[in-house]
Amino acid sequence: ITEVCGAKRVGYFGPAQFYIALKLIAAAQSGFPVRIESIKNELPLPRFMALKNDSEVRYGTPAELHGVKFQVPHATSEKNSYKRADEGDKQEPKSPPMSPICSPPASPSTYQRIPLSYGYGKSRSGLEQQHAAPYEVRHSTHQQDGPSSGNYGAKPALASSTLNRSLSAEREQPESSAHYSDDPWRITEEQRDYYINQFRSLQPDLNSFISGSVAKNFFTKSKLPIPELSHIWELSDVDCDGALTLPEFCAAFHLVVARKNGYQLPETLPETLLPEYLQAASLKPMRDCALFDSYSESLPGGQQARDFSRTEKASAEEVPDNSALLQDAKKEDKQALKVGTPLKMIPKEFQHLTVKTAAQESNALRARPRSRSYSSTSIEDAMKKGEEPPTPPPRPQKSHSRASSLDLNKIFQQNTQAVRSGWLPPPPPALPPRPSVSQTEQVSEVELHPQMNRAPSQAEENSSAKKEVVLAQPPSKPTRRKLRTETQGLETPELSPTINVTSSLPAVKPHLPVQKQSSKQKRAIQTAIRKNKEANAVLARLNSELQQQLKEVHKERIALETQLEQLRPVTVL
Amino acid sequence: RPVLLSVICSPPQNYPLYIRSIPTENELKFHYTVHTSLDVVDEKISAMGKALVDQRELYLGLLYPTEDYKVYGYVTNSKVKFVMVVDSSNTALRDNEIRSMFRKLHNSYTDIMCNPFYNPGDRINSRAFDNMVNSMMMQVC
Repeated sequence: ITEVCGAKRVGYFGPAQFYIALKLIAAAQSGFPVRIESIKNELPLPRFMALKNDSEVRYGTPAELHGVKFQVPHATSEKNSYKRADEGDKQEPKSPPMSPICSPPASPSTYQRIPLSYGYGKSRSGLEQQHAAPYEVRHSTHQQDGPSSGNYGAKPALASSTLNRSLSAEREQPESSAHYSDDPWRITEEQRDYYINQFRSLQPDLNSFISGSVAKNFFTKSKLPIPELSHIWELSDVDCDGALTLPEFCAAFHLVVARKNGYQLPETLPETLLPEYLQAASLKPMRDCALFDSYSESLPGGQQARDFSRTEKASAEEVPDNSALLQDAKKEDKQALKVGTPLKMIPKEFQHLTVKTAAQESNALRARPRSRSYSSTSIEDAMKKGEEPPTPPPRPQKSHSRASSLDLNKIFQQNTQAVRSGWLPPPPPALPPRPSVSQTEQVSEVELHPQMNRAPSQAEENSSAKKEVVLAQPPSKPTRRKLRTETQGLETPELSPTINVTSSLPAVKPHLPVQKQSSKQKRAIQTAIRKNKEANAVLARLNSELQQQLKEVHKERIALETQLEQLRPVTVL
Repeated sequence: RPVLLSVICSPPQNYPLYIRSIPTENELKFHYTVHTSLDVVDEKISAMGKALVDQRELYLGLLYPTEDYKVYGYVTNSKVKFVMVVDSSNTALRDNEIRSMFRKLHNSYTDIMCNPFYNPGDRINSRAFDNMVNSMMMQVC
């Protein structure tokens, strides 16, 4: 292109060369050969940013491979023609704009580089949004440039030769991102989220299919002609089963969007829209999304992660592809135990949420809920669905194996009673949010079933508070949690035969002194238990507070998302 | 002159959903041949009791002395008829190849059916289908 437009001959990109180059770029993108005659065709505007805001360079190697093809000829040709490219090349790809900004008076050429790199770097708009500091100066111009590629005309007027330099300097990473944005067949993060939302509106289960008729109705709304829709379907339904999985749906939607924006439909499905590619690609975008970071990276384990991811999906509107999370989970199993470290980017509330829900999920895992229903979007519902099948039977049995002697049980009874009486005040304030946490309800149901005669509040407080402790604990100790709950479960049934009236707690104490065989041990254990329970209470309170916060934030988020969705369809479809 | 014509006809009135021939001259004659052969196909279907999926028929009976060509037929379970007219000079075409061609046609037709935007009874406008048929016919000719 550089050669054809005459820049190579002249040695720089003058306005004429620049215009011709842009036309040629557009021609090349539309599939025309790069020749002078091509610019006479009726060309769409060259798309440096394509249809959507390009996101980040994080698309990684698969995308870069695609990008390389497009850019290598570009790079080599342009690099050859650049005579003064040294200065730019030496600098870091992202920082060339920095140098002019930092040292504007260096030379008029360097100064000119800024607006030039604006013009060219429209493709980097997404990239630069990530790097706020160096690009603040250009950010506003970028935004302006973004929607109107016609601004390209204005840009060449500002500079000449330095265009080459900036182009070559910003070759590596911006190129890849430029190519990402150039490629109309690549789905960006934003688009993917939108598609996933649309998918969910048609079919709550992200793992399942959208049937043909549903998809037909949906895509017919896009007002594309039926033969084109038929062709889009042919392209995107790779396995030809008459139904669209999530990646297939994303591909189809993407094709619809592209078509509506004027792109011709390809004859074959582009690589970037293949289901395998989409599933693989959806991994990386997920990681960088702050919310999803918390969800995916805090997964305690493979299966736990799966359950977690499923319920989290139900709770969060912008839920990533399930398979993406699955793969994320598998990849991050090792990290899973360390909930804290990956969550550095996330607000604390989410961290706690993940800890809490991860813990919940690990609890739920015991019950092995195979919930894959996403009809509800609230966290509470998600948690309920995640923990619907209770597992009352196993626990008491296992606890038998653990609690070797009856004395131990009665010790616990004694402790719980001793603690409970002094312990009653703290739990009540934390009670209200707890009933919404159905898991605790269920667990307390499960464990308290034998003790219906007991004061439900006390029992709930007791076991649910313990549950909260259990929940708040790091998910890396599932077995220990089991122990705890089992012992709790054990002690509660054990208590029922002995205790009949709630208020008669102190009355039970006279029974206990009978067993003074190992009183010292008992006391030691009791103090330990008391401390643990106090800690439990504190954590329970914290838990409930955080839950409140989370609910509020969640509501805000839902409100914002609905606003966004209302705004968005106006532009896309 | 290698000739290959494939037609897909749908029940109940046997409207042709798809016609493709290579080369494209003298198409009408082959259309007529196909049309007449449809009667024979129907006859065969009704004659067959159990085995409805007739893999192929060999119409040696339609060989005219001047223009010798063979007509093959194929019927699916849903009474969709595929007819292929092949020039007899193409002696290289064997029975198995015809069968495999019909199978490919059938698979592609099924894929088209899966497309919710396709109404059964419409003309087949699928690019993928065209590509498949083209490649298949190129192999033969």
